[in-house]
Amino acid sequence: MSRREQSMVPEPEFRSYYGRPILKEPTWKTPDVPIYLWIGGIAGGSALLAEGAALSDRPGLERVTRLTAATGAAIGTVALVHDLGRPERFLNMLRVFKPTSPLSVGSYILAPFSSFAGAAAASHVTGVAPRLGRLAGAGAALFGPPLATYTAALFSNTAIPVWHEAHRELPFVFGSSAAAAAGGTAMMLAPTAESGPAVRMAGIGAVAELGIGHVMEQRLGMLAEPYEKGLAGRLTKLSRGLTVAGLGLSALSRRRPWVRRVAGASYSAGSLALRFAVFEAGRESARDPKYVVVPQRARMRAREEEAQRQGSGTLSS
Amino acid sequence: MSRLSEFLSPESLWGRLDDPSQNAGYEDHPARKGFFTDTSVCIGCKACEVACKEWNQVPDDGYLLTGMSYDNTQQLGASTWRHVAFIEQPLEVAPQLTDLGMPGSRPPGWEREVTLGEDLAADQGAASGDSGVRWLMSSDVCKHCTHAACLDVCPTGSLFRTEFGTVVVQEDICNGCGYCVPACPYGVIDQRKDDGRAFKCTLCYDRLKEGQTPACAQACPTESIQFGDLDELRERAAARVEQLHEQGVDVARLYGADPDDGVGGDGAFFLLLDEPEVYGLPPDPVVTTRDLGSMWRHVGAGALALAGLGAASFLGRRGR
Repeated sequence: MSRREQSMVPEPEFRSYYGRPILKEPTWKTPDVPIYLWIGGIAGGSALLAEGAALSDRPGLERVTRLTAATGAAIGTVALVHDLGRPERFLNMLRVFKPTSPLSVGSYILAPFSSFAGAAAASHVTGVAPRLGRLAGAGAALFGPPLATYTAALFSNTAIPVWHEAHRELPFVFGSSAAAAAGGTAMMLAPTAESGPAVRMAGIGAVAELGIGHVMEQRLGMLAEPYEKGLAGRLTKLSRGLTVAGLGLSALSRRRPWVRRVAGASYSAGSLALRFAVFEAGRESARDPKYVVVPQRARMRAREEEAQRQGSGTLSS
Repeated sequence: MSRLSEFLSPESLWGRLDDPSQNAGYEDHPARKGFFTDTSVCIGCKACEVACKEWNQVPDDGYLLTGMSYDNTQQLGASTWRHVAFIEQPLEVAPQLTDLGMPGSRPPGWEREVTLGEDLAADQGAASGDSGVRWLMSSDVCKHCTHAACLDVCPTGSLFRTEFGTVVVQEDICNGCGYCVPACPYGVIDQRKDDGRAFKCTLCYDRLKEGQTPACAQACPTESIQFGDLDELRERAAARVEQLHEQGVDVARLYGADPDDGVGGDGAFFLLLDEPEVYGLPPDPVVTTRDLGSMWRHVGAGALALAGLGAASFLGRRGR
């Protein structure tokens, strides 16, 4: 197992079939899927910023965020279709609607979001049908937040231990990461005089991302290990470093447009690194049977102890 | 296709469900079919692997030597729908074997002392008398779960519940999204790389339609793989465990036979002679959809928080 790192901490005792994985590693492609998560977050957050910019009369910010939302949706759709084993059958995604499948629900979020964001951007740039364009923009703002957070259910609704067990925190991690990335992208591209809301959105998002990420690792216990070790661990550290740098630079950027742009880029890159980190941690937790056997054995022990405490024969179904 | 209310009813997602076919919308349907794989009589001949490959025209998935006992098949996958696991366990572990000081040269669990009586070794056809090795062999297969995560997460409806209660991929619908792969708590289904689509055991749906026995069970020379109505198989399995316990084989236990377990019981279940993880099986699998409600609530709350944050970002002074 060349991928496994040598650790000074004694490995928890567990048995396995010649050390072979129990779960299948996700076949989702990288960078397609991590990029999709990241750019979906940027697009969703940008649609919110665009509506706010339109309502508060910030044309420069509105232009940038409308274009970002539309471009992000387009790139995300391409990444998602490219990830399919049979891309020509993409439309089969819309064959049924299944609440049990976040990918099905997500398709019904992405499709209207892309249409609304594209229409809003086209109307804004060309000046054609401005009222319909604004309506489309409002539609994009409605579908934007779920676009940014449904991907957490996409990952959690699997048997991958570090994704499934994080299902309470992951939507907030992804949502705040989307805020940091969308705000950061707008800080990078929008006129400095109008990018105040983007600075606030990115800043609060970054603080929340760091805080909730910490809570998630605390709650995961031994399953936090894949987030901290190996490739995923390096990506997590990179993400935190970039996000903290974004916060620091942002604080210094009031009268320095260039610093603000660099801060925005740092936020956005931090979010991208976070998506890669979560993806890689999931793959590692599927590869090593330890992350399946040890928590499941602990769960069984806890259940047995609970049954003993309640006394035999009084268990309810 | 099921009605929306049925999709969302809690018993469709987790817990005991006595009739998955009816839950999937079949009003009138045959009895639920399944496999009982009794590993105590498996001789590791791999006839099931071959029969499955031949009948279903499953392509090869590489010719690799693993050094894992007699197991070069390695695992279930897109092109391996039956997999015979071989486990060699030393009955009496010589001290110098464990004290070689070569970490990683042995699989985890290997160094554990196996304390089995001689009577057990004699009782098992799989135990070789003079080499001090206990051989466990087990033919693994798709579990055809009562609550099948692969089916639930499939966004195209390609994976479906048959009238026999089994779970089958419709290959003319599958678009290769790969969601079923990480969803399976047993690591069964996989994507065929050169094809792009997902494949797994169909429990020989075509043969079932003709009233025939699945190819693997038909080919099994020791009746280690038993096919039939699930209710009857569960009774037969319980009796077999009792019989083995009476013979002193205390390590015999059923795996996947309990309709109250984390996946609502398996359509294909097993009699094992060691802990499930020794065979590469998860000790306590739980279908991911048990937490579906919680997931969507948290996703919704996260989306609302993000929308609130977006609005709050515009509350500050102008020009900043």
